[in-house]
Order: sequence, then C-alpha cells, then structure tokens
Amino acid sequence: MDNNNSSRETSERSGPTRRVIVQGAIAGSLAGLGLAGVAPLSRARAAADASKWPKDAFAQKTEADAIKALYAGKMPEASDKVNLDAPEIAENGAVVPISVSTTLPDVTSIAILVSENPFPLAANYPIQPGTSPMVANRLKMAKTSKVIALVASGDKVFSASKEVKVTVGGCGG
Amino acid sequence: MRRRDVLKVLAAASLSGVVPRIGLTADDDPYDIGRFGNARVLHMTDSHAQLLPVYFREPSVNIGVGAMAGQPPHLVGQAFLKHFGIEPGSRAAYAFTFLDYQEAAHRYGRMGGFAQLKTLIDRLRNEAGAGNSVLLDGGDLWQGSGLADAMKGADMVDVGNLLGIDVMTGHWEFTYGEKIVRQNLERFKGEFLAQNVFLTEEAAFNNAPAFDSASGRVFKPATIKAVNGHRIGIVGQAMPYVPIAHPKRFTPDWTFGIRDAELQKVVDGLRQQDKVDAVILLSHNGMDVDLKLASRVTGIDVILGGHTHDAVPHPTVVANPTGKTLVTNAGSNGKFLAVLDLDIGKGGVKDVRYHLLPIYANLIKSDGDMQALIDRLRAPYAAKFAEKLATADELLYRRGNFTGPMDQVICDALRHELDAQIALSPGFRWGTTLLTGQPITMEDVLAETAITYPEVYVTNMTGGQIKAVMEDIVDNLFNPDPYYQQGGDMVRIGGMDYACAPNESTGKRISDMTLDDGTALDADKSYRVAGWASVNPQTGRPIGDVVAGYLRAEKIVKIKHVNRVVLKGVAANAGFDRGG
Repeated sequence: MDNNNSSRETSERSGPTRRVIVQGAIAGSLAGLGLAGVAPLSRARAAADASKWPKDAFAQKTEADAIKALYAGKMPEASDKVNLDAPEIAENGAVVPISVSTTLPDVTSIAILVSENPFPLAANYPIQPGTSPMVANRLKMAKTSKVIALVASGDKVFSASKEVKVTVGGCGG
Repeated sequence: MRRRDVLKVLAAASLSGVVPRIGLTADDDPYDIGRFGNARVLHMTDSHAQLLPVYFREPSVNIGVGAMAGQPPHLVGQAFLKHFGIEPGSRAAYAFTFLDYQEAAHRYGRMGGFAQLKTLIDRLRNEAGAGNSVLLDGGDLWQGSGLADAMKGADMVDVGNLLGIDVMTGHWEFTYGEKIVRQNLERFKGEFLAQNVFLTEEAAFNNAPAFDSASGRVFKPATIKAVNGHRIGIVGQAMPYVPIAHPKRFTPDWTFGIRDAELQKVVDGLRQQDKVDAVILLSHNGMDVDLKLASRVTGIDVILGGHTHDAVPHPTVVANPTGKTLVTNAGSNGKFLAVLDLDIGKGGVKDVRYHLLPIYANLIKSDGDMQALIDRLRAPYAAKFAEKLATADELLYRRGNFTGPMDQVICDALRHELDAQIALSPGFRWGTTLLTGQPITMEDVLAETAITYPEVYVTNMTGGQIKAVMEDIVDNLFNPDPYYQQGGDMVRIGGMDYACAPNESTGKRISDMTLDDGTALDADKSYRVAGWASVNPQTGRPIGDVVAGYLRAEKIVKIKHVNRVVLKGVAANAGFDRGG
C-alpha cells in the first residue's frame, strides 16, 4: 500500500517555492573576490527600498565587527523563531545551500554570516512589509564554519546558528 | 559444555521497560526464539554482497567520544561481553567480539551466507504465519564482492528477490551511478525507499526524473505494509553523505543529508493522515547518528539501523519529547539477522521483542534454490576468483578504528608497486577476515577492494598537507556531534606511525608523525604518497590488480614492519581493548 506523503509534501515544499529562491552569487570567497553583490528580489523593490547598501558591514573581517556595523551596535539574541536550514556537512563547499525563514513579526531584513570566511557578512536582504520573510541562497565556504542567520524584527535582532563542515571527503565506510 | 553455548545474548528489549529481559533458548537450537506479538519484522543490513559464509572479526578498537564513550555501540571485547551478559568463550562471544578470534573461528566456523540466511528467514516467516511478517534490508547489499562489482549489483538484486526482501534503502548502491541504480531497481521486486534524497536545484530545473517532482524527492520516502492486519509505516533513510564520502560524479543530480525536519513531516503524515499502527525507520545513518536522531524526531517506534556495522544485541532506548524510540544496529557481512516482534494493539505498539541472531553457517542447512542461484551467478567468474595468490602467514582483518593487518598488506603493496614513501588506504568497515595459513585468493582480494572507483594514484604531498587530510578524516570519526560523522573508520597509513587523541578538538588530534626510517614528518617537505579510492578521478590500475601482483610475488604474506597508531586519552575507554 502506498502512502500519500508525497502529495502533502507538495504543498509544504512546493516547486515554485524552491524555484523562486534568490540564487545570487552572494559569497565571500577565498580567491579574494569578496562579495559579488546581492541580488535583490526585484529591481523595483530594491530601488524603492529606503535601506542603504551596508558597505561598511560587508567590509568587516570578523563576525562581531560585521554584526556591530550592520545593526549599529545592537546585539542579536538567539531565537527558535529563526529557522536556519543548512547542511551539517557541505556536499560542495563552493555552493552551500543556506535558507532562512522566520515566524517573527515586522521583519525588515535578513542577513547571513559565515564566521570563517574572509568577509563574514555574506548577504543582507531588505524585507518589505507584506513579504514572506524567507530567503535562500548558495554560499561559497572556504572551510568549516559557523553560519549565522540574523533577522531584524521590530527594533530587535534575532539569530540562529549552525556549524557547517567543509571536508575533503572520502572514506565513508 | 552445551550450556556455555546457550545464547544468553538472545535478549529482548521492551518498549515499556528500559531493562532488557533475557530470553532463554533451547540448548541445541539458537534459532528457537518462540513467538511473540502479532507482527514480525526481519531486518538485515550491510551484507556487502557476501553470498558465501565468511570469517569477519569484530573490532578491538571502536572508540566512542563525548556522550558516546562507553555506550553501545562503543564497547569491545570483555566490556562488550559484560555489558550484554555473554559467556566468554561461547559461540555468541565468537559472533559478537574479536576475543580469541583464530581459536574461536576454527571451533565455530564461518558466519553468514545467503543460502543459510534464506533457510532461516523462511523458517522465521513460516513461524509467524503467512502475511504476518516483512523483510527489510538496510542497504550495502549490492557492493563488496568481486561478483557484485562485475555484475554491478545485479546479482544481489536477484538474490534479494529470491530472499524475499520487501523494502530496502541504500548507500554503496549509489556508487554504481544513477543509470545502474535505476536498472537494478527495475529488477528489484521490493520497494526502494529514501526520504532524504532530493534532486539538486539544477536537476529539478531541468526536469530530471524524480519520484515526486514537486518535492524533488528522487525516491519514494515511505510505504505502508499491512502485516497481520496491522498497518506498519516504514520510512527509508539512505546514507546521508553519499556525495561526500564517494565521488560526486556518480550522483551529480542528487543531494542527500540527514534531513530530520523532512523526516519529521513524513512520520507525522504517517501518524496523523494515514493512521498507521507503528512507524519504523529503516536507516543507513549509522548508530551514533540514529541515537541523536531518535532524541529529536518524534513518533518513530523503532529505528532499524546499519552503516556502522555494529552488531548490538539489545536495542538502545532513547527518550524524546513525546515518547521513546528503540535504536538498533544489525552488524555486517551477512553475520546477523535481526528479528523484531511487535505486539500491536489499539493505539499502537504495546510491546516488542528483539533478537539479533548470529548466522552460524555450520548450524543452518543451506537452501537448495538459493545455493543453485549463487552457483549459477558465480560460474562465469569462478576460475578467476579461485586463483590462489599467496598464503596468509598471520590473521588478516580490516575492521577497527585505525589499523588492520589486511590494510597494512594493501599499503605495503601500494608502496612497493608504486615506489612511494607513504600509502593511504581508506578505512572501509567491510572487507572479510583471513585466518593464519589460509590461502589468499583473487576473490579474497576483491572482497577488500571491489569498488567502482578503485584506481590507484601517486602524488606529492607536503607533511602539512598529509596532516591536514588526516585531521579532516579523523574528525569524520570522532566529532563529538554524530551528525558531523560519516561512519567510516580512519584512513590507514602505511610507512608512517602517528599518535591520535580522539577526545581532542578538530584539527588537534593527530601528532608525532614518524616515517619508517625514524625521521619526523616535516610539514614543509614533499613526500611521494600512493593511495586508492580517491573522490577525484584517477587513471591508475585498479587496486585489486596492484595487490594481486604484489601477493603473487610475495607468496607468503608476512608483514615486515607494522605501522602503529598510539592512542592518547582513551586508556579507560570501553571501545579500546588492550588485548586486541
């Protein structure tokens, strides 16, 4: 007898959702390419967005300095309402799929940091009112690192983090 | 004394009681386990295509770190016997531990064999009655022998069909590549399940074939089997790190992972929508991963596990936010068959009995039909396989966290044939055992080396690079968080001794690297390194041919220089036995 999980899965993890994800080349790279630039959800929206390109935050070389620069000194607090989806072990360090969603209210931005990358701030997405706060992208990771998702909600910043291992592979039993 | 042979180990764990009950059996029939409950689930895993009975020495080093230290499956030797109440020197002690291995092997004989498995499976299913049982295979069924390699697993599909496998999942199966996997699954009469294999974004965008294009799941995640009128939901969990542990080129369109959030949704669906009476996870995660998963994912009655080749007599009971989950691991190489008897009532599983039955080849009559099928499959290759290459002058085995004499022979062959200072050989957990004085045949060599990426290589690496690779691999074994482990053993090193501190943090476990000439490995100096089973494409000869050539010349296999690994900080660890 078959079950019908697949049909339920359809609604929860639908094709369109997976296709619409932002696949911008947002990555701090070992090769010194740095940040290739954020691909905004749409040009019009980016233009309309009041928030400025946080140039200073993207230029910081440590996780703490990047967070400080991005949120003007505001410290993030850990929250289980920030959902960070990342693999435990990356299948390919050059393209690690990372997605962030949240059930927090009044979200104005979502940022992703890779602590061990040369420039830890990898992406910062302004989120417009009425937009579902969910972003996904693929990051280049030079080595094993903590990955941090940051969500600005109201006048606070919330976070979730996860270690993503980058390995040479082989010897899998 | 017959009494010593009683399988005290044939114990039972209960959902209601954490302390397992010991089930006594008749002295002369270790397989008379009686009847219990109303649904019988048979589980085999990691047979690695060993169609004929084998010797397989269980490890003397199987160290657990952090919370896993001293807990099953990280118990070896005397600590194992004591924990599970097994009589030293007994038949069961031979099946489950390395103790007195050669003597016990001569006394009790070979283990496993599919003709023996067939006889026992038929008996256990007949005892349960028609329609009251199901047979599950946890994967690593299609790989591990010269025959399976030559036939790309098709032999094992036929054997599995005759055995009556209803459901399976996979690991090494994937290393044949998508085309062969699909061809073999066409022949397979059961169902192949994997909730944790998805199309990559690119493959989904290009409409690559999937079980369900909306979710991107490549395979069916779960099935419901009606067993004696009860609905048992079975979910498949493939090895989570296939494209990392093996060349990505075999599965370019597929992405894996543990995916416990997705698993939770599948389990919730089975419970809430499909109203199943029981949920079983058929897992190739490895036991440490399964133990953690059982504490996080709710609604699973039993995880029937494999991958780490741990023969664990009693299930471990794991508490989670809504209940308890039993976690098992059923050994390897056809040595064991697990029997899970469920008592299912209104509202779910009331109680269970679990037996991990060792397959003593001498005690079970081989099934005629299965033996005929095996003989027919082997016939075209029999002459090649039978070639006697050399004689073993000592016990040759592989399994263990760091070293094994069989791998020392492979490393010796690599260094000799490829003129290298250092040899690297993968820490696979399959590969059978040869006793002192036993002839080493081509079939034996292939049982250690038959993979789809067997090409050898020689490369120059600095001492610093060698250390970095070793640190990376040892972290796959001893990361304190099991979700970051891959389930293999440490890479074997020929031509160099070193020290390892498993409890240290990532990047700080390996030290004291010393070459065979007594000099310390220089981080800046370049060394000639030979190896096989690279995740990158290589063009060298297959390792089996390299080893065979070396053995033909040696004739008597004697290890001249044993490379040692000094372990630090684990003297009191129950996963380490000095006697080993």
